[in-house]
Amino acid sequence: MNLLGKLAVAAAIVAAAGGLVFWFATAPEPLSEQSLAALPQGDAARGERIFWAGGCTSCHARPGSQGDAVLELSGGLELRTPFGTFVAPNISQHPDDGIGSWTAGDLANAMLRGVSPRGSHYYPAFPYGSYARMDPADVADLYAFMKTLPVVEGRAAANALKFPFSIRRGIGVWKFVHLSPDPVLEIPDASEQVARGQYLVEGPGHCGECHTPRDVSGGLKKDEWLAGAVAAEGEGVVPNITPGGLDWSAGEIAYFLESGFTPDFDSVGGSMVAVQKNMARLPTEDREAVAAYLKAGPARENGYPARQ
Amino acid sequence: MKTFLLAVTTFTLVSGASFADPHEDRVALMKSFGQQLGQLAPMAKGEKPFDAAATAAALTELQARTEKFDAAVLFPEGSTGGDKNRALPVIWTAWDDFTARADKLKADVAEVAATPPADQAALGAALGKIGSNCGGCHEVYRAPEG
Repeated sequence: MNLLGKLAVAAAIVAAAGGLVFWFATAPEPLSEQSLAALPQGDAARGERIFWAGGCTSCHARPGSQGDAVLELSGGLELRTPFGTFVAPNISQHPDDGIGSWTAGDLANAMLRGVSPRGSHYYPAFPYGSYARMDPADVADLYAFMKTLPVVEGRAAANALKFPFSIRRGIGVWKFVHLSPDPVLEIPDASEQVARGQYLVEGPGHCGECHTPRDVSGGLKKDEWLAGAVAAEGEGVVPNITPGGLDWSAGEIAYFLESGFTPDFDSVGGSMVAVQKNMARLPTEDREAVAAYLKAGPARENGYPARQ
Repeated sequence: MKTFLLAVTTFTLVSGASFADPHEDRVALMKSFGQQLGQLAPMAKGEKPFDAAATAAALTELQARTEKFDAAVLFPEGSTGGDKNRALPVIWTAWDDFTARADKLKADVAEVAATPPADQAALGAALGKIGSNCGGCHEVYRAPEG
């Protein structure tokens, strides 16, 4: 074999090895058998609180629905991002069109690992990057509550993503780099209230998904946590909610989440409206905990470019 | 020439003053709603003791101000763009919904003002009813900041 041939063989071996490494490194990793077996029996009443904290309705309710109609989780909301258009799926209790046939373990794999019941990756537009920080017992409670929700027929449209983001397997790389159940902030001597707020904000509340800027791979820049970001859908910015951008008192933050009114009685707007309505359904102490956490975090410069 | 320029400048100034910018007008009107809400919210939050007379008075004034919300005058077609003007063009393609929401705001405020809340909890609920109109419209028809 001449040199060129040897090189070609070597290159092929390296490529094949690389392919194998890619294949194994990007494999979806569901929870272990032990973790799944350890999931407690959920409680629907506790799960309702997690449901509102988790903001499921913000994306999965039928777009434009009001009041208790938001409990019909038909999906259909479109998120137009630089990676393409994501469409929120039906997560109602319909056995075929929704998630009615799921086990609690299926829901835990989806939320904590971003893995579907059939063992493939979900796109992180579904914010499991945040949900991964949740207590599995809370997921079990959420499961019990979701079992009480209506069956809604009809599948939402499929995602329409651009290459290479259309290759689902590539999400394994994203997870390898970005997915971690560890808390984002280290807050020394955090009070019980601040710790609760940290759990709500960094976990189920998934506030960072919009309020933190992303790098080119779509991962959150943790060193600019909650510093505000250019909106994923293009126009406008999502505000900086660290003390560097938000000078509201804890009471004002909690009241905003309850009522939708800013301290100068402007109102909530845009995609935060659905979020605020969910937060309004939480007990007062949870909104106060969120506010306490936001006040306890470090002040940061705005995570988006200065206005022209 | 100088006289002509002076005339033009004067005309611009005068017309500018008499036909104020609809964007400025609507912002001013909506901020005036906020002033009344600012009278009510501290009582709803328990920061100030509940005062039935002050509640009724603030709601009556809020009603008078919301009645001034004339969508056709405040939102003439195409009155968007420019610095800080966050009105979304969808206002004019969904005009019937937009005006229906304006009517709903007026109706909700009138209803609350007609039978003013009698305690702190009822005031909180009333503010929730009124406030859902603010957020509901800003969800769809106002662009985010920046």
